[in-house]
Amino acid sequence: MATIHVDDRDYEVDGADNLLHACLSLGLDIPYFCWHPAMGSVGACRQCAVKQYKNADDTQGMLVMSCMAPVQDDAYISIEDDEAKAFRANVIEWLMINHPHDCPVCEEGGHCHLQDMTVMTGHDSRRYRFRKRTHQNQDLGPFIGHEMNRCITCYRCVRFYQDYAGGGDLGAFGAHDNVYFGRFQEGTLESPFSGNLTEVCPTGVFTDQTHSEHYTRKWDLQFAPSVCHQCAVGCNISPGERYGDIRRIENRYNGEVNHHFLCDRGRFGYGYVNREDRPRVPEWRERQRVDAGPGAAGVVGGTISLEIDDALDRAADGMRNARRVIGIGSPRASLESNHMLRTLVGDTNFSTGIAARELELLVRMNELNTRCGLPSPSLREIESCDAVFVLGEDLINSAARMALAIRQAVNAKGEALAAERGIPSWNAEAVKTLAQEAHHPFFLATPDATELDALAEQTYHAAPDDIARLGFAVAHYIDPEAPCPEALDDATTALASRIAEALMVAQRPLVVSGGSLGTPAVLEAAGNVARALARRTRPGALSLVRREANSTGLSLLGGQSLDWALECLTSGEADGVVILENDLYARADAGQVDTALQRADCIVTLDHQRTATWDKADIGLPAASFAESDGTLVSLEGRAQRFYQVFEPSYIRPETRIRESWRWLNALKVSVERQVMTPLTLDEVTRDMAMTYPALAPAGDAGLSAAYRVHGLRLAREPHRYSGRTAMRANLDVSELRAPQDPDTPFAFSMEGYAGHAEPRREVAFAWAPGWNSPQAWNKFQDEVGGHLRAGDPGVRLLGPLPGDYDYTRTLPARFAARDDQWLAVPQARLFGGDETSARAEPIQARMAETRFTMSRGTAERLRMSPGVPLTFNLGERRLTLPVAISDAWPDGVIGVPDQSGLSLVAPEWGHLEPQEVRA
Amino acid sequence: MTHTSTSAPIATDGFVLHDEDRAAIAHEREHYPHPQAASIEALKIVQKRHGWVPDAAIEAIARELGVPPASIEGVATFYSLIFRQPVGRHVILLCDSSSCFLTDYEALRDAFFAHLGIGFGQTTPDDRFTLLPVCCLGACDRGPALMIGDDTYGPVTPEEIPTLLEGYA
Repeated sequence: MATIHVDDRDYEVDGADNLLHACLSLGLDIPYFCWHPAMGSVGACRQCAVKQYKNADDTQGMLVMSCMAPVQDDAYISIEDDEAKAFRANVIEWLMINHPHDCPVCEEGGHCHLQDMTVMTGHDSRRYRFRKRTHQNQDLGPFIGHEMNRCITCYRCVRFYQDYAGGGDLGAFGAHDNVYFGRFQEGTLESPFSGNLTEVCPTGVFTDQTHSEHYTRKWDLQFAPSVCHQCAVGCNISPGERYGDIRRIENRYNGEVNHHFLCDRGRFGYGYVNREDRPRVPEWRERQRVDAGPGAAGVVGGTISLEIDDALDRAADGMRNARRVIGIGSPRASLESNHMLRTLVGDTNFSTGIAARELELLVRMNELNTRCGLPSPSLREIESCDAVFVLGEDLINSAARMALAIRQAVNAKGEALAAERGIPSWNAEAVKTLAQEAHHPFFLATPDATELDALAEQTYHAAPDDIARLGFAVAHYIDPEAPCPEALDDATTALASRIAEALMVAQRPLVVSGGSLGTPAVLEAAGNVARALARRTRPGALSLVRREANSTGLSLLGGQSLDWALECLTSGEADGVVILENDLYARADAGQVDTALQRADCIVTLDHQRTATWDKADIGLPAASFAESDGTLVSLEGRAQRFYQVFEPSYIRPETRIRESWRWLNALKVSVERQVMTPLTLDEVTRDMAMTYPALAPAGDAGLSAAYRVHGLRLAREPHRYSGRTAMRANLDVSELRAPQDPDTPFAFSMEGYAGHAEPRREVAFAWAPGWNSPQAWNKFQDEVGGHLRAGDPGVRLLGPLPGDYDYTRTLPARFAARDDQWLAVPQARLFGGDETSARAEPIQARMAETRFTMSRGTAERLRMSPGVPLTFNLGERRLTLPVAISDAWPDGVIGVPDQSGLSLVAPEWGHLEPQEVRA
Repeated sequence: MTHTSTSAPIATDGFVLHDEDRAAIAHEREHYPHPQAASIEALKIVQKRHGWVPDAAIEAIARELGVPPASIEGVATFYSLIFRQPVGRHVILLCDSSSCFLTDYEALRDAFFAHLGIGFGQTTPDDRFTLLPVCCLGACDRGPALMIGDDTYGPVTPEEIPTLLEGYA
């Protein structure tokens, strides 16, 4: 700690910071541009100048850039000094010389850091009367809009894009007053983190193009604290709504998880919420049994819309008439909704809706996370790991935000080297120059080459079983007690002992694995490595990647597999089924699902998407998406986090009958049991859920109860400048409807309520503070800038390691052997398109690459295949034709099948290729 | 030999690095631990052969060094003497910094404008000369100074211009 004297007041600060960081953390306002809490200081923009004095007696002082000046104990500085203020006023005037006067038509306006800093500095009139330099803009693809004339040359975009996120296709061109930030040639930005440019850029050069399509100023958006539903990482988001549509997704700061950044799937994948074809009223589908051949649809006839009571009555009738009703839950629905389904159908009739082989892995991952001695790290903890071993996960595709965290961990070698030389870690350019390409040890074992390979000390591209064998060997070299795979070749042995050594000498080694390859042996290998480290009393962490937003939660809640449910229906053991937010066709073979659903006499589906499963239901109940509902999810870290309803859909669309799934299911239960309906609130469901499942008990405290108040006030969902509320429904009714009431959360559908930063709170709908309209306003909510929220970061952790049970897995796979007439199909995660719901969003569709079967050059030569040629692959009954792609990394005898490409492959399977003549 | 020995700029489509240039770039690359460090030399090698650096050459160099084209372009556009547009057979660099300014660079500049019929950044219609300002040639003792190709001259008077240029076809 150090004491600094700022404008004659004394403050205690962290002596390792720079002055800017320290002052901002104290809540003092200093304008800045190029500095960013996650990217450190470069001293480029000169905006953060302050006066520093030698001692209490020095009246002269000298100007320093506060971001480049280390905090010294007993330092005297002045922010308010006239010379410093004049300097800062000059700097912003120069920066603004070429900046257009286009705030009214600029999409950054209202959440613009440049606007905030200009106002803070007092630059309110322009003296420059000459031509401004102008640039041509580029088409950067479906996500990012480009307006280079607004650039103030702070270099934050390239520092984020290249240095932080590892992207190579965005550069800085030119020199002096003619610098251009863009691509070498016009085209789609390749980085899966490009969306962060919209928040990193202090002005409107890079803006959210999906937002442009239906633009609304930040102050006119209604927000709620939410959690991204597009993968299992659990990034915190603030979706903004206007007129019943989600207009953009902003990053919501969680110091333990995503802090400042999101991936593009999460940021731009919200379009499915706004789809015109969403079910908005209950539907009843008349069904006629048809005895057609296999593959014929089991249902013909019309669909009619129903009112709520009618729909519930018909559904309840159907369920009462059924002999046995089973429930199929969903890893993309909340714990509350799944719990209500389980309550409705009974414990013995509940399926998680997850394929058996995937469920088995999920359950095993929970066991490993609690019983191998190493904790499951948050992303923030991952960033501080100093050796990383990834087994079987292509993280950019399976958990993109985690890949970004691992990049920071591996690159932190530069900071370690700098520390040895007395260079503070915030001095970004010095650290970068020193580090060059120094990395912490990072080893990666995956079937295919991945985007992280460039950072790796060594990569190992092999079939899933061989990846597992490498892992087992590493465990053996850490602890000879651990079993060693037989018949290891010399190269693998050498690699394994090298990895073992790197993990052993590290202070905080990290082991990453997961379910993407669907191979239990890979997980067991990661478990053995973790146990070996734990037994050698080495610190470390084990991070296991799950696929969907609530995969972890659902596996903790428990239930049967989807295979069981389909079998129950097919065998006639059950004749009624309630399907919760789950498209079975995305998880199981279409023929199998068809048969099961044909046999069922009563199918009730709840979903917010019109899926193939929805189209088969007798009764379809329109469920709320994440944006219209509240609930709890458990992330892959084991962090239970609450997401809150952003808007009430019936306010703008009175005809809509969308309800939270848990509310529908409660109503259905009441109807089936012919009881009197009493209102149910989220708090009651959450409490009941937490009491029912011991593993989920802490999840009951993941969110704020509806009774939470700040100074007796609810929390506002809308900024206090929210406009047009009295007019926004005028096309429907001239009298203004009462604002929707929220019985479930402490948030109000209103600008009335607490929205400030002074009172610490965990759940922040939108970040705003006086003078801070941009995302930089998060500074005001943090204990120190870039640290944690003052009230603690959202979420509670469920997967703490339990002592004991460090026994090694001793069943080791044999070496992978390619077969002559069969090929091993291996699932391949993919960022854009690999997630069921975001794949329904147009901007994501525009970014989805064509799906292909990937194979090695050797395999392709054997099959006489060349890239782009269609190939038909047979897995038992299932059959898929895709063009071929060749990868030099991919092992021989193995064929990569992209997720969600139509084969519903959850684990490696041997299959046949259809002979050439059949194809022709 | 001057760097202006090539004739008219070549088309950018189907650009292929000359074998000698390729070898020279590979040689430069050996000098540094990181291939990116050879960017400037690679650009100079290409410019020496072609007179300027077309778009496709940026990509060719990027491929050769295994770095993204944006990084090569960043270097190419940073330096004012890497030409990203076609230039004339001879590039005239006229110094406009303090010493030359004090020794009446302005008169010399106006004389060039008048004689060539072009301004700064322009090329004569016969592709013979491109006229550019330069901030210092290190010939402050001989101001006003200028360079034509690789040859430095100074002090130069406006009257000497026609004779001076005769040597450059």
